[in-house]
Amino acid sequence: MSTPVRTELRVGLDIVAIDEVADSVECFGDRYLLRIFTSHELSCCRRNAGPGGADTWSSESLAGRFAAKEAVMKVLRPVEMQLDWRSIEVHRMTGGWCQIRLSGKAEELAVDAGIDELSVSMSHEATVAAAVVVGWSSHRDRGVA
Amino acid sequence: MTVDETIRQVLAEHGRLAVPVESLADDTDLFGAGMTSHASVNVMLALEDAFDFEFSEKMLKKSTFESINAIRAGVAEMTGA
Repeated sequence: MSTPVRTELRVGLDIVAIDEVADSVECFGDRYLLRIFTSHELSCCRRNAGPGGADTWSSESLAGRFAAKEAVMKVLRPVEMQLDWRSIEVHRMTGGWCQIRLSGKAEELAVDAGIDELSVSMSHEATVAAAVVVGWSSHRDRGVA
Repeated sequence: MTVDETIRQVLAEHGRLAVPVESLADDTDLFGAGMTSHASVNVMLALEDAFDFEFSEKMLKKSTFESINAIRAGVAEMTGA
């Protein structure tokens, strides 16, 4: 007799004000950027000012990624812990769409919850960025139903 | 400036609260008072600047920033005060 599989759909949604992110970059600079974003994410959000000029950042892209990280946390449901934001990476594929890549505690939580697939969509308009994440969880029941 | 005054100043400048910081009791839920997750990151960074330390990984949880009491306890743990 096969082991029953219990499936669950989890959804996370978050919105972030773009000017808040711009203010954070201006106020805290690299301390903010390096605490929250991976090097891949930063490379996707950098606007190169050209030779001799300092890098500038796409606040709407950073805000979308922050929203995505928070949306993933709502899917993973950590209890009494704050996941390292960098353990949740919004990875831009060569085709232009994005995927979520987990590491560390975030990956452990996903494995424990049986979540083997996450899908993300991000959007923004003039003032806010938003992201929605869907996770598909399949638990293989070990005991009595 | 006392620890409590510094915490309240940080909250006023970075907490993006929906209410004046003067109206907050020490045990008021800051997230209930309008502080977003993103604003709590700024509060965390500003507290590190103000008190010259870096929060340890185990302190980086929502409950550390949920009230002035909780922040005071976190600052005390990090500074050994």
